[in-house]
Amino acid sequence: MMNPEKKRLRRTMMFLNAQKPGLIKDPYIYKPDSIMLDLEDAVAENQKDAARFSLYHALKEINYHGCERVVRINALDTPYWKEDIRCAVAGGCDSIRIPKTERAEDVKLVEEAVAAAEKEFNISQGRTLIMAAIESARGVMKVLEICESSERLFGIALSGGDYTKDLQTRITGTGVELMGARQHMIIAARAAGVQCFDTVYTNLDDMEGFRKEVESIHLMGFDGKSIINPRQISIVHEIFTPTVKDIIFAEKVVKEIDDKKAKGIGVFTVDGKMIDIAFYDGAIRTIYMAKASGVYKGDL
Amino acid sequence: MEIVQPAMAGTLESSDCQVTVEPGNNGIEFNLESVVINQFGNQIKKVVMETLKNMEVSQVKISIVDKGALDCTIKARVEGALFRSVGQFDHLPWGGAVR
Repeated sequence: MMNPEKKRLRRTMMFLNAQKPGLIKDPYIYKPDSIMLDLEDAVAENQKDAARFSLYHALKEINYHGCERVVRINALDTPYWKEDIRCAVAGGCDSIRIPKTERAEDVKLVEEAVAAAEKEFNISQGRTLIMAAIESARGVMKVLEICESSERLFGIALSGGDYTKDLQTRITGTGVELMGARQHMIIAARAAGVQCFDTVYTNLDDMEGFRKEVESIHLMGFDGKSIINPRQISIVHEIFTPTVKDIIFAEKVVKEIDDKKAKGIGVFTVDGKMIDIAFYDGAIRTIYMAKASGVYKGDL
Repeated sequence: MEIVQPAMAGTLESSDCQVTVEPGNNGIEFNLESVVINQFGNQIKKVVMETLKNMEVSQVKISIVDKGALDCTIKARVEGALFRSVGQFDHLPWGGAVR
């Protein structure tokens, strides 16, 4: 049976250094949908061991009030990732994020280690989900097979910094350098039925640029965005939460399609717009997003 | 666990604590500096002693410089210093001695 958490709402995923007690003690107050406790790049090489103890006890003892707790492990070409998984799974994390994923076998390796850790620490089998970060040209080219590699995999995320390095370009703020990867990844994710998350926006002095980028990736179909600062949360949530106008229209579409279908009518108009069955799933998704975001007051 | 060599874990940042362990032969020799020693000194000591007991450490000199760490951080830093002292970084007893 599919783990229902695979499809949970993930508009914002906030990076936090697992080694910093001041950061991981209360991030839930900002209400991100997910937090990502980082054992990888944010943690210095000589602090990898200490970060795990900090992570383990935070997972065990801090009440994150419903925020999903994702742990970014170290890459599979390091000596750290297996112990990272034992620690994170024993602590009861919700998901493991694999960095630098380039092939389905990477996910399968992690899946095996996660399953072994669940068994070792008496965690129910299948509880711990996986997400894969795509950080290279090769990863982008293999993204569909990555998306389809494991029943535990709930989504993929673009890591723009490493990806643009691999592409021999840089983050420009215009999005042009990420266009191909974003498009390719969202198409693959949708084809495989998993979620897709955009990369971080690192210029905290340019909130207008951030808003434009979030609007753009929202229109592209992304499920959410990785973030690095609590100031970014409200903007993402605002853009990813359906407006009252959207919700009212979606309700009308769903109700009218159900009603007209019973009467044998396939095409009709709602508020002057031509509607047919092709609009149904989109309208249902709007209602779902409204419910998940806590703004739906209707009866569907 | 027998403390093999001096080791340290943690930082002096706010909400953290820095723990130093050294081999000892007079039981547990405990030293604490804390910005909140009057309010939480006893609680910090209790957490440290419980952690040492879980790790079966009976001979150690342990010094804590606390900057307002939560209990979970104190445990993490004590364990971090102890495992560094014995040079163990893999196959750790999560949920066992580490709890």
